[in-house]
Amino acid sequence: MSDQTPASPPAGATATTPPADEHRRIEAAAAEEGETRSGFVRFMSSPFGRNLGLILALLVLCAVGAFTAGDRFVDTDNMVTILRFASIIGVVSIGMTFVIIGGGIDLSVGAIVALSSVWATTLATQTMAEDTHWLLMVFVACAVGVGCGLVNGILIAYGGMAPFIATLAMFAAARGLAEIISEKRTQLVDVRGLVDTINGEFLGIPVLVWIFAAVSTIGWVLLNRTTFGRRTIAVGGNATAARLAGIAVKRHTVLLYVVLGLACGIAGIMLTARTGTGSGTHGQLYELDAIAAVVIGGTLLTGGRGTIVGTIIGVLIFTTLTNVFTLNNLDSSTQAVAKGAIIVIAVLLQQRVSVRSADSS
Amino acid sequence: MSVRTNRPRRRLLTSMAAVFAAGAFVVGCTSNEPEEEDQPAAAETGGGDDGDGGSGNDEPGETVVIGFSGPEADHGWLAAVNDSAIAEAESYEDVELRTAEGTNDANLQISQIETFINEGVDAIVLLPTDGAQLTEVAIRAMEAGIPVVNVDREFSSPFAARATILGDNHGMGISAGTYACQLIEENGIADPVIAEIAGIDSLPLTQDRSRGFAEALEACGQEVDNRVAAEFTVESGEEQAANLLQAAPQIDIIWNHDDDQGVGVKQAFDNAGRDEFFFIGGAGSANAMQWIQDGEMEATILYPPTQAADGIRLARLIAQNKGMSDLVQVEVPRRIVLNAPVVNADNVEDYLHLGFES
Repeated sequence: MSDQTPASPPAGATATTPPADEHRRIEAAAAEEGETRSGFVRFMSSPFGRNLGLILALLVLCAVGAFTAGDRFVDTDNMVTILRFASIIGVVSIGMTFVIIGGGIDLSVGAIVALSSVWATTLATQTMAEDTHWLLMVFVACAVGVGCGLVNGILIAYGGMAPFIATLAMFAAARGLAEIISEKRTQLVDVRGLVDTINGEFLGIPVLVWIFAAVSTIGWVLLNRTTFGRRTIAVGGNATAARLAGIAVKRHTVLLYVVLGLACGIAGIMLTARTGTGSGTHGQLYELDAIAAVVIGGTLLTGGRGTIVGTIIGVLIFTTLTNVFTLNNLDSSTQAVAKGAIIVIAVLLQQRVSVRSADSS
Repeated sequence: MSVRTNRPRRRLLTSMAAVFAAGAFVVGCTSNEPEEEDQPAAAETGGGDDGDGGSGNDEPGETVVIGFSGPEADHGWLAAVNDSAIAEAESYEDVELRTAEGTNDANLQISQIETFINEGVDAIVLLPTDGAQLTEVAIRAMEAGIPVVNVDREFSSPFAARATILGDNHGMGISAGTYACQLIEENGIADPVIAEIAGIDSLPLTQDRSRGFAEALEACGQEVDNRVAAEFTVESGEEQAANLLQAAPQIDIIWNHDDDQGVGVKQAFDNAGRDEFFFIGGAGSANAMQWIQDGEMEATILYPPTQAADGIRLARLIAQNKGMSDLVQVEVPRRIVLNAPVVNADNVEDYLHLGFES
């Protein structure tokens, strides 16, 4: 759709340059923007360096936990509890990472989680699932998520709406629809297979954590080892350049929201199994938790840069913080203040690093 | 990290100092402590000094660890529930309380309960953000041998709790309706106009309250003429009450389900200059009791904010293998439904200590 006015090729490139090379060049340029820095700053702003800072923060948090709560914190069961708590918001955050790297934002994730949990637990769905297999409920939840993501993506890419507005509309509408379908009631899951499997354990580790691990792995491969990932970075880094390079920016944008929608569907069925219910009240404030985790993880809100590993650590930082607070009997208001402080500190540090590196280049 | 230049750092220091100064000023303004402390708050209900039939149940026993988790205290009643539970635990020297209060996120509350299970607490007192959503994890706690005391919002499975303690929503409606009938009879009101301001209509508790109200009114041949539903918040109470007053130019009796939203309801009455009716409230906030004493409100129906405090007591007894001394049965009952009495000018003195700040 973008080839009507071919980009003037850079010096040295011939007219017969295969488009694939051009893609790669621009994608590489977008991905490695600002790679010409030196020493410490370059190290700190490289993905590894940024993650190292996060890992240090997480370790400090763990040290605080171990110091204040002792054996109650340093305990396999407690680690599992943290991971299990992190798994649902973690899956959403992985999806959110793609959308934010691609230069977008999605405020509707919590509402989509609620809608998919409700849709997967309606009487009709459950009856069908009992006649066939509980996987049907998983399918329904994922399909609802994909559907919502598709609507978001089309409104943004082809409807020309700002992501903030389009997903704000979905934020309101999806939760409203969830309340209509559930008649504002909490729908119990009678299909035991779903709860027993997804809320159960496999090889001693909760299935929820396995799902989080699987989604993380797939997300990492998708972002770092596929064309899809490179295009995401290119679209987020410079949409015009990506379009001129022949990337179907609009179609790619739709796909990003579909990926996030799928992640929300998966999170929806995870939450359904964990609570044994589907409800329009599920997933409240997940949009803020997910965006916070992604931003803490070093992904630029303006797009074009970000890592899956950073996001995972971002999620773990918040869930560990919650755990440490719970173990120490501290109330949630103090915790909210601490959360806010962490977000500010993390973003300030990132900005200082990137400003410094811009100066020194 | 900032090795190269000093200037930004100095600027940072200055701005930090400014921020701290501003912060100190703001902190000085955030205190919400009342000027005078002569009104006993709901938090001071607890302890071993009440009459308890002369049993030794309040004598210190084996120390027990109790985990307590409740929803976010986003209105006065819930705040009072949390505060009184914590105060109750503090009054027993043999209770060590682990609190994980304050969330409306089922996922987070589940992980709090999982933490309690890991820690191997002796009992859990749980006021779920939604009964059904916390049932799975409560069953797991029970299976791990930790007795769960379910407060106010019921689980969806009988295997999820050792004991359940609930306010009586249906009973609130009955009390309100019966009292309304009594007022009609005493004042000889012919053909009374009765109005109802409900809470969030989709909640089972609201439906129970309305059902009880209608049943009690039916017993004296009356019915609700005008009904609106607010959302437990001051703003929604004001809005719905204003609508109600528009809809009904003359009202004899109004029952408002909830005293937290009642602040707004009262405001709407004052704005419209209407006071021709008997105003009955629900829950029993400190405001409502004050209005009753001032003659601005007829009565309120109590929905005790001390349920979680009672839950703590029950959990302690269960963990210490004690029974309730006023019952012959040697075990704590499985299910306790609290009474919903009418509080009016005659007996408000007795209930002042239960009044919570909205």
